[in-house]
Amino acid sequence: MRHIISLLMANEAGALSRVSGLFSARGYNIESLTVAPTEDATLSRMTIVTSGSDEVIEQINKQLNKLVDVVSVMDLSDGDHIERELMLVKVRAEGADREELKRMSDIFRGNVIDVSDKTYTIELTGAGSKLDSFLQAIDRRLILETVRTGASGIGRGERILKI
Amino acid sequence: MELTGAEITIRCLQEEGVEYVFGYPGGAVLFIYDELFKQEAVKHVLVRHEQAAVHAADGYARSTEKVGVALVTSGPGVTNAVTGIATAYMDSIPMVVISGQVSTSFIGEDAFQEVDAVGITRPCVKHNFLVKDIKDLAATLKKAFYLAKSGRPGPVLVDIPKDISSMKTAFEYPSTVNIRSYHPQVAGDANLVKQAAQMLLEAKRPMVYAGGGVILSDAAKQLAELVRLVDAPCTNTLMGLGGYPASDKQFVGMLGMHGTYEANMGMQNCDVLLAVGARFDDRVIGNVAHFNSVPRRIVHIDIDPASISKRVKVDVPLVGDVGNVLTDLIKVLKSSKQKPDAAAHKDWWKQIDEWRGANSLSYKNSSEIIKPQFVIETLHKITRGDAYITSDVGQHQMWAAQYYKFDKPRRWINSGGLGTMGFGLPAAMGVQLAHPGETVACVTGEGSIQMNIQELSTCKQFNLPIKVIALNNRYLGMVRQWQEFFHGNRYSQSYMDALPDFVKLAEAYGHVGILVEKPSDVEGALQEAFARKDELVFLDFRTDSTENVYPMVPGGKGLSEVILAEDL
Repeated sequence: MRHIISLLMANEAGALSRVSGLFSARGYNIESLTVAPTEDATLSRMTIVTSGSDEVIEQINKQLNKLVDVVSVMDLSDGDHIERELMLVKVRAEGADREELKRMSDIFRGNVIDVSDKTYTIELTGAGSKLDSFLQAIDRRLILETVRTGASGIGRGERILKI
Repeated sequence: MELTGAEITIRCLQEEGVEYVFGYPGGAVLFIYDELFKQEAVKHVLVRHEQAAVHAADGYARSTEKVGVALVTSGPGVTNAVTGIATAYMDSIPMVVISGQVSTSFIGEDAFQEVDAVGITRPCVKHNFLVKDIKDLAATLKKAFYLAKSGRPGPVLVDIPKDISSMKTAFEYPSTVNIRSYHPQVAGDANLVKQAAQMLLEAKRPMVYAGGGVILSDAAKQLAELVRLVDAPCTNTLMGLGGYPASDKQFVGMLGMHGTYEANMGMQNCDVLLAVGARFDDRVIGNVAHFNSVPRRIVHIDIDPASISKRVKVDVPLVGDVGNVLTDLIKVLKSSKQKPDAAAHKDWWKQIDEWRGANSLSYKNSSEIIKPQFVIETLHKITRGDAYITSDVGQHQMWAAQYYKFDKPRRWINSGGLGTMGFGLPAAMGVQLAHPGETVACVTGEGSIQMNIQELSTCKQFNLPIKVIALNNRYLGMVRQWQEFFHGNRYSQSYMDALPDFVKLAEAYGHVGILVEKPSDVEGALQEAFARKDELVFLDFRTDSTENVYPMVPGGKGLSEVILAEDL
């Protein structure tokens, strides 16, 4: 099953490689991994999307907690949460496609953030499945480039990951 | 007053009460070696290969409750140390390894003797540090010692660039450590302790399975008391030997791949299993599905939450220091009105005794050829079971584990998890230094000993009167045994051709060598060797090359699917 795990870790050199090394050494899947410093510059927050049986996910949580740099771990999938992913798509936008692409972007609540005479770059935010749908909805031949950040997640309401 | 990084390093070691540092100098650690030279509190033991430095620090740590310390230079110094570090990591041994690094301005430039020490050791350390600022050095070393010995112990590497060791800063050794992300749980949950006690009291066929955690936590006394209270048979893992007295009537021997019949059958057939500081590894419980095919309830005490329900689902997890949890458990058991089910236990012990009757460690002795088991039994007799025994890895290791009946913890020093050939002799050096005047023997084979034989030179320099018990069967015995059982007797590369004359080799290093070829000479030779209290004696026992280790649970099989010697 797919799980989205959030963690806070010391913002130290090499901290990311401890996490990614753990996943590769123990044969766990990583679908995506995002990391950036938090409002407290000494901490980084990481969101990992992974999959595995309940036993494997339990081990992933325990092994992450065991890393000395990791301050706290939360499996967001255990409760209500929100996740968002950012995608930038560069498309060939010429002739009739120009208007059609703008229309599709609007339907998906995207923004065209860069325009040239032959291209658009569209910014889209949402759950991963929404981004997938957008890519399926437009003519595949028009896609020049896509870049996705991987999911970031946060608990709903009072579900807070802190030290 | 300001001190250099090198001075600070040595001062930190002094503050930690470090008695011995095992190491090997090189360019990146020259400043540190210079400071070592100027003082006497911290003694340095010069090994002949960095792997041996780490194993020696490891042996020192295993035989005491202290942190072992090794010091190596950058590049090949660190890479040579990696096997030792991984060995300590797998067996949770507290250790601090200090490595030199090229100067900070050279890092990343493929400088001479540069290696990414932090990267290369990351998967086999509890934690590691690269010191990039002289101001962090003292606090980092303090953290390293704290991490190494607290919680589930393990090796910690501190990588110190050369320029950091020569820069100056004010020195203050922190008196406390606070790592906000690190708070090992040391006390067991009180409610779960009660549940566990109840489960143990209700058991009709209880079994206690104790591992290296008992030794690391210095909890042998508590374990013995608990085993008596719950009236259960007790087995030890390879790492746990000596954690429960082998001569006690409730002891059923080691379990696992080469465990006794009674220990493995007890594991398979008990209704309540108490696992203490052990991790259900593949060499211990064999095939997981087979192990799980019988219903039993499991209580698991371990300091590492990640050890719990990793391979086998546990009913009552008790996360905490083994000693603390056992003490709590004993308190609850003693205050309970309920007593163990005497009638049920009577039947259980009858069953255990029946299994004991299989006499799974019996072997046919010979008057023609030396049986390796006989050497270990005689070693036990001559040393009155009171020696520190280190071992290498292979058949000799299993025979030592099976036939040297350990009654005390920290007497059996071997590489259990990683299975590192070449561990025995350097580990024995660490043990001997930690326990001068005590009897230390290294049980080895002609294969393993050659993986670190250069340390005979270190032993000479530091007057370490270790007794090397080489069971020389002219084969990589355990490999040969598997090839005999599972690969159609095709002895691919397991024959050790062109062996050296070990007697002459020992003499060349300035030691005593004795060749023993006849069973009737075994006892005399051991007596002579141990009478030479101040000398290293290398005993080359020419043993039966066809002998196998029994019982054996083949890889992938269940604990009750055992091959006994008599089956063949």
